[in-house]
Amino acid sequence: MGCDAERVAAVLRAGGASVAEHKAELIELDRAIGDADHGENLDRGFAAVLSSLDAGVPETPGAVLKTAATTLISKVGGAAGPLYGTAFLRAATKLGDASELDAAAIATGLRAALDGVVARGKAEVGDATMVDALAPAVEAAERSHADGGDVAAVLSAAADAAKEGADSTVPLTARKGRASYLGERSVGHADPGATSTALLLRSFAEAAR
Amino acid sequence: MSGERVALVVVSHSGGLADGVAEVAAQMAPDVTVRPAGGLSDGGIGTDFEAVLAAVTEADTGSGVVVLYDLGSAQMTAEMAVESLPEPEAAVVVDAPLVEGAIAAAVSAQGGGDRAAVADAARAAAGRSEVTDTAESADGADSEDAAAAESGAKAEITLANEVGLHARPAALLARCVADVDADVRITLGDTEADARSVFSLMSLTARKGDTVVVTATGTQAEDAIARITALAERNFDE
Repeated sequence: MGCDAERVAAVLRAGGASVAEHKAELIELDRAIGDADHGENLDRGFAAVLSSLDAGVPETPGAVLKTAATTLISKVGGAAGPLYGTAFLRAATKLGDASELDAAAIATGLRAALDGVVARGKAEVGDATMVDALAPAVEAAERSHADGGDVAAVLSAAADAAKEGADSTVPLTARKGRASYLGERSVGHADPGATSTALLLRSFAEAAR
Repeated sequence: MSGERVALVVVSHSGGLADGVAEVAAQMAPDVTVRPAGGLSDGGIGTDFEAVLAAVTEADTGSGVVVLYDLGSAQMTAEMAVESLPEPEAAVVVDAPLVEGAIAAAVSAQGGGDRAAVADAARAAAGRSEVTDTAESADGADSEDAAAAESGAKAEITLANEVGLHARPAALLARCVADVDADVRITLGDTEADARSVFSLMSLTARKGDTVVVTATGTQAEDAIARITALAERNFDE
């Protein structure tokens, strides 16, 4: 069974709820190596996405994702705004006006999101950024789809890989973003962006079940 | 392309910082549009995509816009805003030190530089302290041959104004030769500066009473010397 616009909106609402729930944790992670604004910024952005969806859900999954993108770009303020905004925007563009998303579309959309984040932030795997969570998530999603996984299975595989990827940033020296100013002092901390990416994918996977 | 000057947009996480940089740049270049786009709409720290997009759109008078930014995510916001323009090629985001880049870009725009020249001026502000490199590159055999073939002119000027070649006088000097067809160099002791670069001039640290040598090569060399001499005689309008 595919994901229609209402389902995609529900998935985003679950993402927003997860960000709100983990706001303090994200703030703490970012306080250690950044400027402690990631939890606050992302929560403000998703709260705005949710109120926009409450006012009316657009007709297609792509349009829902585009609404999320433009809202996050305007409301987040920090680097997460352009990065998540670009991720959702590229996915929305890739998915076009399809009325339902199947497992293949989810994997394709995630790949487009990753390409967008890499182009925008110019980070690679190993720089201790959200790319460390998103890149393995995309690969896992593509593998799951190739193995015949449905939407829920593809998202679940992505979430598992993203969590592993976020954990892998702990021993890394940050090379992009605010944490890179700390150099080796960023070692020993999970990257807040990678962590929020993993949290979002986990909540998407659970909401899509 | 219209006859209007290239405009600047200063993107910062802070409204106060963007306003301040725009204020300083505008003082160096009174006819250049310099728009600040700093902070979030509620006054908080961050970059506001909508505000940046509006600033770039409003700043463009047809000759293009050069966008400068302070830190990491400001670059991303600026790039997204430029990509969102109806004509993204109308603006360019430059990697340059914010204060020095904005001033160098403003002076270049005031002098009538096109968008590429203004962007280059901003980028070059990063290496402004390397005046000796400028001197070395000018010593190349090619440029000596070229100089010999072209008309050259030279003058000595003793600075009588209070602050010497400080920021404002340096900007005036750079502007007065911006559109002259000549390579103009200012030398103090062993140090040489490109007369079109405000920061190159400032790093001479020429003070009141210092005598600098002005050399110009090119078809309008004499004109360049005349303009600089006149400016110095007016005490840089102090």
